[in-house]
Amino acid sequence: MMNLPSVTQQQTRRHFFQDCGVGVGSIALANLLAQESTAAKQVGPLTPRDGHFKAKAKNVIFLFMAGGPSQLELFDDKPKLKELDGQLAPDSFFPKEKSFAFIGKGAKLLGSARKFKRHGPGGAQVSELLPNIAGISKDLCFLKGMTTDVFNHGPAKLFMNTGFQVPGRPAMGSWVTYGLGSESRDLPGFVVLQSGPRGPRAGNSLWASGFLPTSYQGVPFRGTGDPILNLTSPKGINAQSQADFFDVVGKLNQERLQKTGDPEISTRLNAYEMAYRMQSSAPELMDIKSEPDSVLESYGATPGANSYANNCLLARRMVERGVRFVQLYHTDWDDHGNPNTNLADALEKRCKQIDQASAALVTDLKQRGLLDDTIVIWGGEFGRTPMGEQRKKIIGRDHHIDAFTMWVAGGGFQPGIVHGETDELGFGVVDGKIHVHDLHATILHQLGFDHEKLIHRFQGRDFRLTDVHGHVVQEILA
Amino acid sequence: MPLFPCRFLPLLVVFAAAPSNAVEFNRDIRPLLSDRCFQCHGPDEETVEAGLRLDSFEHATADLGGHAAIVPGDPEQSELLFRISEHAEDDIMPPLKSKKQPLTKSEIDLMRRWIKEGAQYQGHWSFEPIASVDPPSAGKNWAANPIDRFIARKLGEHTIKPAPPADPHTLAKRIAIDVIGLLPTPQQTKEFVAAYSKNRERALEAYADQLLASPHHGERWGRHWLDQARYADSNGYTIDGDRVMWPYRDWVIRAINDDLPFDQFTIEQLAGDLLNSPTKAQRVATGFHRNTLINQEGGTDNEQFRNEAVVDRVNTTGAVWLGLTLGCAQCHTHKFDPITHRDYFKMFAFFNHGVDVNNTGPTVEVGEGELFLGEIDPLLTQQVEKAKTTLAKLAKTRDQRQAAWEKSLKPEKGDAPTHWTRRLPSTVKAAGGAPLQVMADASVLAGKGAANEAYHVDLEPSPEAVAAVRLQVLTEPRLPKNGPGLAGNGNFVLTEVELWNGDERVPVARVQADHSQPGYDAAGVIDQNPNTGWAINVGRGSSPGAKMNANHEVHLILAHPLPPGTALRTVLRHEKNPHYNVGRFAIDVSSTIPAPTHHEQLLAALQIPKKERTDSQKKLLSTQFDREDQARKETEQELAALRQKMGLGKENARAMVMADLKKPRETYIHIRGDFLRKDQETGLLHPDVPEVLPPLTTDAELPTRLDLARWLVSDANPLTARVTVNRVWMRYFGLGLVETENDFGTQGTFPTHPELLDWLANWFRTDAGWSMKKLHKLIVTSATYQQSSHHRPELMEIDARNLLLARQNRLRFDAEIIRDAALGASGLLFPQIGGPSVRPPQPTGVYAFTQTSKNWVDDRGSNRYRRALYTKFYRSAPYPMLSTFDVPDFQTVCTRRERSNTPLQALTVANSLALFEMAKGLSERLLREADSPEERITLGFELCYARQPSEREMDVISSFQISQRAQFALDLPSAKLVATEGATDVAESASWTAVARALINTDEFITRE
Repeated sequence: MMNLPSVTQQQTRRHFFQDCGVGVGSIALANLLAQESTAAKQVGPLTPRDGHFKAKAKNVIFLFMAGGPSQLELFDDKPKLKELDGQLAPDSFFPKEKSFAFIGKGAKLLGSARKFKRHGPGGAQVSELLPNIAGISKDLCFLKGMTTDVFNHGPAKLFMNTGFQVPGRPAMGSWVTYGLGSESRDLPGFVVLQSGPRGPRAGNSLWASGFLPTSYQGVPFRGTGDPILNLTSPKGINAQSQADFFDVVGKLNQERLQKTGDPEISTRLNAYEMAYRMQSSAPELMDIKSEPDSVLESYGATPGANSYANNCLLARRMVERGVRFVQLYHTDWDDHGNPNTNLADALEKRCKQIDQASAALVTDLKQRGLLDDTIVIWGGEFGRTPMGEQRKKIIGRDHHIDAFTMWVAGGGFQPGIVHGETDELGFGVVDGKIHVHDLHATILHQLGFDHEKLIHRFQGRDFRLTDVHGHVVQEILA
Repeated sequence: MPLFPCRFLPLLVVFAAAPSNAVEFNRDIRPLLSDRCFQCHGPDEETVEAGLRLDSFEHATADLGGHAAIVPGDPEQSELLFRISEHAEDDIMPPLKSKKQPLTKSEIDLMRRWIKEGAQYQGHWSFEPIASVDPPSAGKNWAANPIDRFIARKLGEHTIKPAPPADPHTLAKRIAIDVIGLLPTPQQTKEFVAAYSKNRERALEAYADQLLASPHHGERWGRHWLDQARYADSNGYTIDGDRVMWPYRDWVIRAINDDLPFDQFTIEQLAGDLLNSPTKAQRVATGFHRNTLINQEGGTDNEQFRNEAVVDRVNTTGAVWLGLTLGCAQCHTHKFDPITHRDYFKMFAFFNHGVDVNNTGPTVEVGEGELFLGEIDPLLTQQVEKAKTTLAKLAKTRDQRQAAWEKSLKPEKGDAPTHWTRRLPSTVKAAGGAPLQVMADASVLAGKGAANEAYHVDLEPSPEAVAAVRLQVLTEPRLPKNGPGLAGNGNFVLTEVELWNGDERVPVARVQADHSQPGYDAAGVIDQNPNTGWAINVGRGSSPGAKMNANHEVHLILAHPLPPGTALRTVLRHEKNPHYNVGRFAIDVSSTIPAPTHHEQLLAALQIPKKERTDSQKKLLSTQFDREDQARKETEQELAALRQKMGLGKENARAMVMADLKKPRETYIHIRGDFLRKDQETGLLHPDVPEVLPPLTTDAELPTRLDLARWLVSDANPLTARVTVNRVWMRYFGLGLVETENDFGTQGTFPTHPELLDWLANWFRTDAGWSMKKLHKLIVTSATYQQSSHHRPELMEIDARNLLLARQNRLRFDAEIIRDAALGASGLLFPQIGGPSVRPPQPTGVYAFTQTSKNWVDDRGSNRYRRALYTKFYRSAPYPMLSTFDVPDFQTVCTRRERSNTPLQALTVANSLALFEMAKGLSERLLREADSPEERITLGFELCYARQPSEREMDVISSFQISQRAQFALDLPSAKLVATEGATDVAESASWTAVARALINTDEFITRE
């Protein structure tokens, strides 16, 4: 006989979930129950639970540098490229099946103007643009052999976040909360924060739950105003009135529950209770004025601003409060060589916006003992070409998918190492190649999942974050 | 232990374990083989392991060198049975590394019995012809129609009795919500309940007929179809610009209201353009496949995105009509279903000839409302023709009229110049907090305020009558570029100038300005459209010498002069561009109608003899004449009025449609789905349907989309009718008879009631002639549908998921219905059908996370209260209330929505401005339409739930209202914000808003019971 738990067990367990987390539609829940193979596991949509094996980490903070930061200006020093600066790129850079977004044959090599030094025990190259990140190199695991499949922003961002180039698939944060639930009773399990001049391309499909229930979709928190849409009571409804309102709605729902016996109403009762709690917990979370000045200074955070620094501090506060997956987007790293996106002043400005806070976040997490079970990821959807791009005499580079750098910290990744190496011009990876699917597989591994088993059936097919690919990169794990 | 890997479906628990029956391949065995074996031993020859296929009798029983996987009748000699048992140890199947669940003991037993009984294979059930079934005789005293007999038989097999029928109040709400998506009015409920008590059957039939005839039926069911069509108002991807797609949406609504038979409905959408001399509506119908995404990002390869669109068209067609996951075969032969890689690209070939390439494509011009036109009154047509003839004549005499006009303007004619009197503002206030300073000359200087300011200016009474009002915008050194606007360049966009006399809006006959920016005509300030307005920049089409940063004026000529002593109130609105507000202005009035505004250059040009005028002077005069040509303008207005009478709105739009290239493109297999890697070896492919399905019958050398569409609805096709009735069933019961409504392939679930499915499919396409309305009526008048939805604890052990349908299911409304229900209960609903999409209020901050901000200015007036399906839908940033309640972003086909239940939903209904406005509307209605608190509460229940409150509910609400009233009495400023506008007793009014808000926040309000 198949080992589906008996219906009475399901019912009892369902009531148990209701005390622990938020409900989900009965159909979705029934699916979850049906998919479960062990009777003992309980699977409320956001109830905390374990993965396939003992996890090294339980939270993720993904610092997403939207637009594609230039590894050649930041982490991958190429003296040979400087030497050949201005010369035509070799034909081998333009094989038939390859294309770039904007440049083509005839593009010239571009040496970086930035000065590099080696840092930390692994001798990581970090340029002068990121002094604070350089300063914590001993805590970071640099991945210099990253590769991806797609060279347009929208599809590439989707690929880095969902493992697929087309919209409609669950984001990594959705998969993780689907697998692990959330530790927070008062906040969503997957939160998105944003800074920079505009939102990331591809928008909400980057944190959508795709075919997973919407309980797992990323909830955008805004840095100013209401952090969540509709969080504030309507004008004229004071705290007492709002409390009375939730109370009377609860009573009416109880009445209907008695009458119809539909457990979905219990779930709604719970959802209203959590909504009510969120009305106070979310503003409390966002209120960074309560942090000591020393902490605000270390991040460079200013209460009331909508900045990357504030978001880094908020990310720590969220992880402290049990939020499972926090994703920060900072735009716009698309340095083609335009007035606001170039490798000169624009890049300098952007690096200043993120350098101090990124480093402060890692250090702060470490000091609080949170870094061990929190994975911090830094990087964009792709890197930039060794060939330069000139628009109106401003220097930039085109999108590059064959070699770029990311870094990770905490969560059982080896600190203080540099993994992977690119060729002397930084065009391809010669050693330690990590494909996006591999990165996903490895992150899931640290969270306790076999990436081939964290699946959901949709339209007749089992889907995973890693599609049908991905290998865990053991060499970078502690 | 693994968390989610075991993929069985619980209906197997219910049905497969009945050991008395013979083993049936499709029901019992195929799911096991498909799940555990086909990945490596299935139809995909490229990945088949050890040369063994288990997907057919011939393959499975083939000699493998002295042994066979299956020896019919002899389980012990069958290698398969050994390999799936634990005795196989390291050789166990499925192998450990596949991470598939080993077969359980009972599954192995099933296999053994099946082999013992001869290992009979069946074709996959959904590919077999639709069986001709007679309804069983079960359910004699209960059945209302054949549906119930099938349901009763299965219930009987499990010795379960159906649930009693729901009470008539519940039915009134259930049927109205299901058929038109709106709550019944208390009157409708009352009438239905009364009729029901007299003759149940007749009452139900009449109620169903009445609702099916409502024009709102097309909105309700059109929405389901639009999900499948992935309809949206924007292009998708990163730029996500606006597109004109609403004519297609209107076509769908009309087609459903007209009960266009589903076969024709299919043909027109897939290939309306290929019909013989297609009508405009048939061409608009092909918008179905123009709903694909368009990538407007710089540096994209248009050919890549053309291919993406074609892929999406194939996958959508497969999902919507065939219920198959064709998409799986895009990169390789389907792992589970007999759909080959080659089959996929043969389907692809049907859609590979589209004229549209990413962001370019064919369109047809459609008038607003045109798709709803029925028979047109011949008199109207005559009048239109007449007006058109008049216009043509006027065009011929234009030059004469211009000469006469020029003469009339000569100054020697001696018009008394208009005498304008400046009115001193008595109070000035800016809604968004901009500082307004009244200067010595009674002009008003504005500082920076909200992005979209509204200035409220009350004027001192005028001693004379008022025939016209002049608004002057004035330069001022403190303004950017001297003004007169506050925008960086000194411009502004004034979208509305309202004149009020007390509470009455003063009608304005026309406006004239001395200068307007092209595209920003001064007429925009009185058309009540926040998207049009007056601005003053200079561009192509401006008069020579026109200047932006100078004083300008607009005259509002009143329809009827106001008597002396009138105190005018004026409101200046800037609703379009953020921070394009007026910087300095003054208001004058006149008792006479002013002469047309002409600036000096125009008057100078007039002084020059005709022949000596420069080209620009000629142009200046002719442009100005066209603006003032009353004869032509009147005829044009008449024509517009006639259009409106015929049901045509203002806007003409270019609807996106399909068309094929004259010279077809060549189609090859794309190796691994990569459009750059064409499989030359296999060679050129002709359009065709998958081989496993009945063949396409056509004489055409190169079959077209039309051939495909006809094939889909042909008698031979076993899928379309089954898939379609199953989806309709799903909307009424929450689950389809085939639960995996989007996968009728081998990985999908077996029908819970296979005979019912086939009976329904046959009935639908033959007896009902593909009529959707007949299908709806059959379902809603069945006893199965009318059962109570109350849970039956005694059935939890046998049928936890209610697959046997021993009761109805409680179903949360779709997102749109939640909004529509609240609009209906509040009385705010504006029930117009169709037209361009609208922008109801949404919370600020929606675009904080998108690449580009959308120009979303909340609609005022009736468009604020339209049904949710008319809400403008941006794929990159959908209307938040809709997303929160599980509306997908329509990147791809959606055949079934999730129904989640989350705190964000609670926050939306509790706190959003849109829903709070509706609570206020409901509150006002309760106060207006009922007198005592008890009557009001009862009315609230009738409006929201179509029933009376219980005693306990009455007590709960009653004491809540009393306590709220007491609280608000202590805090009148708050009460004022919550009370309805103009309420005299604000605490009382606010307390009823609180009640109304509670009523629309319950689970019951958003649930079809």
